[in-house]
Amino acid sequence: MNIWKAKKIKRSVRQIRAEKIFRTSLVLISLSILVIVITFLLTLIIQSLPSIKALGFGFLIGKTWDPVHNIYGTYPFLLGTLLTSFLALIISIPFSFVTAIFLGEYYPRGWFSDFLKNAIELIAAVPSVIYGFWGLFVLVPIVRSLELKIGVTPYGIGIFSASLILTIMIIPYAASLGREMVRMVPSSLKEAAYSLGATRYEVIRDVILPYSRSGLFAGVLLSLGRALGETMAVTMVIGNTSVIPKNIFAPGNTMASVIANEFTEAASSLYLSALIEIGLVLFLVTVIINLVGKRIIKRFTTE
Amino acid sequence: MESTILKALNFNAYFGENRVVKDVNIEIPKNNVIAVMGPSGCGKTTFLRCINRMHELIEGTSTKGTMLLNNEDIYSMHPILVRHKIGMVFQRPNPFPNLSIYDNVIAGYKLNGMKMSKHDKDAIVEQSLQKASLWNEVKESLHKKGTFLSGGQQQRLCIARAIAMEPDVLLLDEPTSALDPISTSSIEVLMQELKKNYTLVVVTHNMQQAARVSDKTAFFYLGELIEYDITKNMFTNPKDTRTQNYITGRFS
Amino acid sequence: MKPNIQYRLGKSKFFKGLIIVLSVLCTVPLFIILIYILKEGFSKINWHFLVNMPKPVGETGGGIANALVGSLLIVFYASLIAIPVGVMCGIYLSENRNSRLANWTRLSVDVLQGTPSIVMGIVVYFWVVKPLSTFSALSGSIALAIMMLPIVVRSTEETLKLLPDTLKEAGLALGLPYHKVILRIILPCGIGGIMSGVILAVARIAGETAPLLFTAFGNPYFSTNIFKPMESLPLLIFNYATSAYDDWHNLAWGAALILLIWVLLLNIITKIITRKWRVQF
Repeated sequence: MNIWKAKKIKRSVRQIRAEKIFRTSLVLISLSILVIVITFLLTLIIQSLPSIKALGFGFLIGKTWDPVHNIYGTYPFLLGTLLTSFLALIISIPFSFVTAIFLGEYYPRGWFSDFLKNAIELIAAVPSVIYGFWGLFVLVPIVRSLELKIGVTPYGIGIFSASLILTIMIIPYAASLGREMVRMVPSSLKEAAYSLGATRYEVIRDVILPYSRSGLFAGVLLSLGRALGETMAVTMVIGNTSVIPKNIFAPGNTMASVIANEFTEAASSLYLSALIEIGLVLFLVTVIINLVGKRIIKRFTTE
Repeated sequence: MESTILKALNFNAYFGENRVVKDVNIEIPKNNVIAVMGPSGCGKTTFLRCINRMHELIEGTSTKGTMLLNNEDIYSMHPILVRHKIGMVFQRPNPFPNLSIYDNVIAGYKLNGMKMSKHDKDAIVEQSLQKASLWNEVKESLHKKGTFLSGGQQQRLCIARAIAMEPDVLLLDEPTSALDPISTSSIEVLMQELKKNYTLVVVTHNMQQAARVSDKTAFFYLGELIEYDITKNMFTNPKDTRTQNYITGRFS
Repeated sequence: MKPNIQYRLGKSKFFKGLIIVLSVLCTVPLFIILIYILKEGFSKINWHFLVNMPKPVGETGGGIANALVGSLLIVFYASLIAIPVGVMCGIYLSENRNSRLANWTRLSVDVLQGTPSIVMGIVVYFWVVKPLSTFSALSGSIALAIMMLPIVVRSTEETLKLLPDTLKEAGLALGLPYHKVILRIILPCGIGGIMSGVILAVARIAGETAPLLFTAFGNPYFSTNIFKPMESLPLLIFNYATSAYDDWHNLAWGAALILLIWVLLLNIITKIITRKWRVQF
């Protein structure tokens, strides 16, 4: 038996202790992530408690947001968030699906496909503050002249501009997921349809889309989650007016943008608490939508 | 009388509630090649993996009974120490892809953080590769990664890596089933060389290989050790009908 | 019969054309934006721009040095926190597929991934800024680190899951202790995938503004003090773009171009690493 083996055995006895430490650290670190999330939620809840206690349900239905007089109704922001997000969703989903079908079915490989795939991923990579910046200086003037033409007050900034910017930003989410879902359709199903004489369009319409329906829906949810939580680009073009917008061309505010704008100005603790309560609602809604989307994906991919 | 190096007493292994190795009693003599054969699912691989305590790495498994190496209870030692004394070679050659050939052979020492002089390392690498009949083929490319080697060479590298640790027993789990016939025969020849210094326990699903390489053969069926005898006797004159049926190809 | 088939085939061809056109159309806004930023920002960048501090309103010149350094520092500190924690967590998850802790941890990681960035800023405000009674680069880094975690954990877990079990077995059978097997065999083999996950995470947070609004807060002066407010490129762009001064707008364009280039570069590097590493296996 060589001497190195003997030394190794001695060393290994020490290593056995180190092994325990390593395993324990792995567990502790994972535990700490769990703890972070729980503390996260707790912080939000605790800091919103003053507002919850003082304002109750009126908080969500109240139509007036007037911190100066301590009136905190968040209906304008709920409306703003929903309007911008759903408008963006409605416009972007057709584009996302179209791209998903293009990349998943027509051109899953090849240079053109790589180019488009990378371009879509790039859209998601551009920081939102840059979208906001460009939106403010390029898109808003265009919208302003559009508003002049149709005879609305030419603010330029407003719900409509924010929705447009959001539209561009959320395309990649449903598109990437959709592409994966479309690619996962078993070729045996498609071949069965072709062998019955179906055209490509019919195979897409009657086989691929129905099969990947839940996955595509999950993609929509993911895009929605992204839109709801988007802050910077929206803040820069929405006008930051805390009243209920008269129409989609008027300025408004979203839950995220009002927090961004007023958090550091919040003078009283009730004011701050109200803003945090908005954050709590935003957090819960966005996280639930994301989790539901992920659950659907998991079910779809393990079936 | 040959001395016994490895002994199993009423040994059982479980996957959860499922008993896959049933009351095995076997004595393995030193410097022999012992073949363990049997149809798929007979527990031979599980039994092998219990010898170096790899079986317990799977969740939900357990064992009962005694396993002795040189009369020491393997199951009361720390697994790491057991595995210093009992090495293993796997079915698919698995050299570490991120290490050179040299570093692969010395991996059992180096990855443990042991500081050795280059002279000592070189000696161990050369000796192990010599014993594994690989030295001449790779001595010029010791610092290249092992992935360019053929399957048979990779497996011999894995053997060199295992014997660099100077184990008492070397376990081989179907070591040639993923290899071509020429590599297979070179490893079978190697096993005859290796038994001079080590004791080999080889699981094989290939009866002819068992007959070729081993001194004694153990036949497993449905988790039980049915018959264990000198290879020549077992293949010419099996005592149990089940052994007879297996050898004549009634089931495999 | 025949006209019907013609019609259906025609519809299919038309549909394909429509799909191609609309898909390409998707990318048009992106290129418009990229080109616009390039055009506006390019002329604003010069050596002075990179090394000077922003000047007060009214004075011409000025630069973004504080933001450049600030961004680098904040991202660096965030990575310092997120990489070890994220990789270790990823290791745990890939080694423990079914344990209860693993499942709850995965859920937690999903929750963090879905959290809006502004909410991240709120929470870290209460965790770090209030106790220290000051905005600080540290709080900004912590907020960004938490945002990096899901990406690092995910990519580590996925990468390690791809490695064959037999690699771990070979190491353990040699009598190597568990942590050596993980740290010196498994991790090095998966380093490509892990690194690309890390760089992806860095690219993601490099452009984040919302979490920094009430943590790092921004700083018109040059500072490398982790316990004081710090400027960062996205913050600067936001503040200057929404200001009323043309000079500041110009600075913002230059900064936007730099930020864009930085983020795009990181994304490209990620793709290259992923491709190179995949080839090995």
